Amino acid sequence: MNGSTRGGDGYVVFDDVQKSYDGETLVVKRLNLAIERGEFVTMLGPSGSGKTTCLMMLAGFETPTHGSIRLDGRPIDNIAPHKRGIGMVFQNYALFPHMSVAENLAFPLEVRGIDKTDRQSRVQRALDMVRMSGFENRRPAQLSGGQQQRIAVARALVFDPELVLMDEPLGALDKQLREEMQYEIKHIHEELGVTVVYVTHDQSEALTMSDRIAVFNDGQIQQLADPSTLYERPDNSFVAQFIGENNRLVGTVDRVDADVAYVDVNGTVVTALPVNCGDGGGNQTQLSIRPERISLGDAGDNVVDAEVKELIYLGDHIRCRLDVLGNDEFIVKMPNAASANAPTIGATTKVTWSTEDCRALDPAAIAAPKGTT
Amino acid sequence: MATLPAYTTPAQKIWHYGLRVLCGFIFFFLVAPIVAIIPLSFSAGDFFTYTEGMLTFQPDAYSLKHYEDALTNPEWTTAIWNSFRIAIPATIIAVTLGTLAAIGLSQRHVPGRRAIMAILISPMIVPLIISALGMFFFYAPLGNFMQDTLRLPQDLVEFIKIVLAHAVLGIPFVIITVTATLVGFDQSLTRAAASMGAGPLRTFFKVQMPLILPGVISGALFAFITSFDEVVVITIIGSQKVQTLPWQMFVGLREQISLTILAVATMMVGFSIILLTTIELLRRRNERLRGLTPS
Repeated sequence: MNGSTRGGDGYVVFDDVQKSYDGETLVVKRLNLAIERGEFVTMLGPSGSGKTTCLMMLAGFETPTHGSIRLDGRPIDNIAPHKRGIGMVFQNYALFPHMSVAENLAFPLEVRGIDKTDRQSRVQRALDMVRMSGFENRRPAQLSGGQQQRIAVARALVFDPELVLMDEPLGALDKQLREEMQYEIKHIHEELGVTVVYVTHDQSEALTMSDRIAVFNDGQIQQLADPSTLYERPDNSFVAQFIGENNRLVGTVDRVDADVAYVDVNGTVVTALPVNCGDGGGNQTQLSIRPERISLGDAGDNVVDAEVKELIYLGDHIRCRLDVLGNDEFIVKMPNAASANAPTIGATTKVTWSTEDCRALDPAAIAAPKGTT
Repeated sequence: MATLPAYTTPAQKIWHYGLRVLCGFIFFFLVAPIVAIIPLSFSAGDFFTYTEGMLTFQPDAYSLKHYEDALTNPEWTTAIWNSFRIAIPATIIAVTLGTLAAIGLSQRHVPGRRAIMAILISPMIVPLIISALGMFFFYAPLGNFMQDTLRLPQDLVEFIKIVLAHAVLGIPFVIITVTATLVGFDQSLTRAAASMGAGPLRTFFKVQMPLILPGVISGALFAFITSFDEVVVITIIGSQKVQTLPWQMFVGLREQISLTILAVATMMVGFSIILLTTIELLRRRNERLRGLTPS
């Protein structure tokens, strides 16, 4: 994969792009991003992080204040939105209410001067793809949310664009339908090989669908990586907190020896993997440990005392809320195994984790909002 | 009538029935004057009174002779023709400019939207007599210019002046109705059209226009009625050549109190009812198109 800094090459390239609406605050700060042909890239972040603005700049509905965007090697800053040939799925679907489903799908083909028979067969093909054939003569208002969503996807793909943008397309659907549509969109992407740029604030959606995820916060990409890297090896505390569930311990770096950071958390020194905590002593740091990487027991790199605060039975596992080193929101997931050494509320026990599963990150996100779980 | 719930206090009961009586009076005062003229227009007599025969429903006390007069007397037929000849182009100008203005003013980035809107709406708010006087002074040199320099015939110049004046009076109605429909118009539809490759013109005619059409048409009807009813401006800047129906009625009332006026008035009432029915049907069609939108 080509370098993603300072533009580089790729099918879609954001080169040092900045955007400001009022001329003072930057909504997007120095964005560099290269997307390969055929890739499914998700822009993930909380609302106001600049992700939708980036998508709108790519579609041509907003103009960058600085920098340039390239599509297939050509700068597109001087190309009007309707000449970019980019398909788009909108958050509210944006189906034309006065046209039938078939007329909606034929619209982009009509614009391109494709003759009537060809138009019909392509509309049919697109409807088959989203499993909506038979609905040609319905009006959008006569369809359910999920059906409208499928038509919107079909309409964005019917004219065979090489790039499709999706702006939180599943936001209005209920949970079950959303998951179903996630797989469906993913399969369509794999089948057609189109490049997809997807915007969402739902981290599980991003993890399910994407080849790579760009985590946005504060107008900047915090980390650009594939889902597993993002989850297992977050670069900073924002990403650790935003993606998945995360246990935080705030401490001070004592010293960093080779690949091990010794961190003082409320008087107890634990070992962690130094990521971006600085290499000197005395730095504030935030330790990040995933709940499933912690076990109850007394054998491991780090063994600390814990007091059981709450047990939540979830069928396949038990969520155990503990007080560990002064943090009483410390979560451990225990598999619901037959060998019941199940702790009881109020009991003291020991928890353990290995050094490389505990990442010493910047302290910045201590006051940051909790990630969606 | 729904029964009142058991907890209704006497005061609420009085209010409940009092409101109905009040509403009855309001309707009566709105409709009675219009209804009163209709039977009289069928009178066989020539005076503005209900004759003995009419009150006792004698068939020979009624006739259509005033309608015949209205539709054959050149004074009235010219006036009818003039009314349409002026109202139609004035409506077309008002609808075109008003719709474009409403769309422009619905864009968030237009500077001074409120001020521009206020100026465009002002002909509706400023007393008509003041607008008319202003137009008189403003159009006089314009008329002279068209007549002397462009060498246009006087009839045409008179006609252009009235059409322009009536268009100005109609524009606010179009702006208001179109702006109201645009509030419900989803701007992402125009973006969607652009993403599919449609240029601004195609997007306007294929996507935006069909959806705001009901607003455009009701605006057009209001603009048409404005011109069709208008008597102040036409009296001040019009001339013999461009007498419209209201003008003719006004003059008729002053000079020869003829029941033909009432026949014309009845026809105008009928015409207005047809127009209003059209508005209502269009509104329902629009609701059918946009209705049922899932939450």
